[in-house]
Amino acid sequence: MADALLEIIGLNKHFGGIVATDNVNLAVEQGQIHAIIGPNGAGKTTLISQLSGQLKPDSGDIRFGGHSIVNDSTARRARLGLARSFQITSVVMPMTLLENVMLAVQASSGHSFRFWSPVSQDRDMAAAAMSSLAEVGLESRARQVAANVSHGEQRQLEVAMALAMKPRMLLLDEPMAGMGKEEGALMVDILNRLKGDMTILLVEHDMDAVFSMADQLSVLVNGHIIATDSVASIRNNPAVQKAYLGDGHA
Amino acid sequence: MNWLPASVSGRSYAALLLVLAAAPFIFEWINQPFYLDLLSRALILGIAAVSLNLILGFGGMVSLGHAAYIGIGAYCVGIPSYYDYYNGWLHLALALSVSASFALVTGAISLRTKGVYFIMITMAFSQMVYFTFLSLEEYGADDGLVIYSRSEFPEWLNMDSSTSLYYWIFAVLLLALFFTHRLVHARFGRVIVGAKFNEQRMQSLGFNTYRYRLACYVISAMICSVAGMLFGNFAGFISPDIMGWARSGELIFMVIIGGVATLFGPLVGTIVFVLLEEFLSAITVYWHLIFGILLVALVLFGKGGIHGWLSRLDRKGADHG
Repeated sequence: MADALLEIIGLNKHFGGIVATDNVNLAVEQGQIHAIIGPNGAGKTTLISQLSGQLKPDSGDIRFGGHSIVNDSTARRARLGLARSFQITSVVMPMTLLENVMLAVQASSGHSFRFWSPVSQDRDMAAAAMSSLAEVGLESRARQVAANVSHGEQRQLEVAMALAMKPRMLLLDEPMAGMGKEEGALMVDILNRLKGDMTILLVEHDMDAVFSMADQLSVLVNGHIIATDSVASIRNNPAVQKAYLGDGHA
Repeated sequence: MNWLPASVSGRSYAALLLVLAAAPFIFEWINQPFYLDLLSRALILGIAAVSLNLILGFGGMVSLGHAAYIGIGAYCVGIPSYYDYYNGWLHLALALSVSASFALVTGAISLRTKGVYFIMITMAFSQMVYFTFLSLEEYGADDGLVIYSRSEFPEWLNMDSSTSLYYWIFAVLLLALFFTHRLVHARFGRVIVGAKFNEQRMQSLGFNTYRYRLACYVISAMICSVAGMLFGNFAGFISPDIMGWARSGELIFMVIIGGVATLFGPLVGTIVFVLLEEFLSAITVYWHLIFGILLVALVLFGKGGIHGWLSRLDRKGADHG
């Protein structure tokens, strides 16, 4: 596919005898929300970690914007515009939400070998960070310390940080993990607003949320993609129903 | 800001700096020149502790080899002096460049490791330096090296009298504190502190944390080498003992006693450490025992060191007031 922003080609990853990623091929097109669903232990997070560079695949290639990034470090991939959020909340807990997002802004605005000017007086950076916080509805919580806000707000913070990096693509690993119903709905709202502008690869358990947002769906079972299609076709795909959705769901 | 320990009202530390600035006059007035010696030594170690705190406190890199940079700085005075090169700028430039090079090479290797392994490898590198100087017969080996004359600077900067040397030390200390303060709150500091709490997140944001940490390690080593350069001038006699791993351990203690990741904590910790050592050893030959118990008590009960204790006092005062 010529207009694919992210291409995964023949990706494999083993942990000892366990096949975590089994010949995965996938293309995510510019501007689409592509969701990956699959049962627990299917290798979803392992796949995301290979894309963002925390894990190295055994074989295969990952191409981003037409260039292979499979040998690039996590930091380099982030600077190329591939931003990830973590399934288990990963922010700088002792810092405020604003300081957290300012880190993300800082990361995307040149090197940080700057030893003299206080960050706290950098109005441009603060303004950029506030606008990312506003995008996820956290501007009123900006001065709170990350460790003291609710789990749902921490999840929103993760997304705000990813957005503040001004990425070309988001890798979201279960952004709704552990969220209550209301918080989940808010997250769906946030992601739906990004739809069309941002390319997103989304791993999510909440089927209703996935079906309401995604353009394309891939089903991962035992490290292998058994189907990639539009939401409607996946719903009616008997193999998928059998492997994953279960008999009662269709 | 929660990522920095609770603050202590600026007045306590401003008072401390004022006392330090006036110390030579005070000691002359009460006719106790020995105390100036003691305080000079404390402030030199204070500079080293401030530099260690930069990597240990703010960066979360626990090095058990920092005394090597005191040694390197001191021998950068001792060895040129041995060949009758007394130019102070030369000594300073040597100390900074040799420590930077050594820190760059050993840091590049050490920072590939984490936690206990980092502690062990920094200690191993510092012991390497220790044993190197121990085997250099030409420069006295374990007998040490006498430095007959202090580093030569222009008249207005000379360090020939004990008072002028004291103000040299005090000025370097102020510079180190001020630089640390700026650095921690600048972009660089945010990356260092962020990586201490969540390195994975910082990398995912696009920061090459390894490079920033290495830069921090080198900066810290360079500051520490100036402490060593001052120590060579102060003591007039140097031996490999000044950079044994026990000394590195003491530096860690000084930082912890005063308060990790605080600006003034390491300085206060060092002064308390040196004074305790001095007065306890005057009281009894078993002073190590008392000293040890005090240290254990402080680590167990004194959360956040002396700085933490002061900040709690401050808050109590504020509640009552």
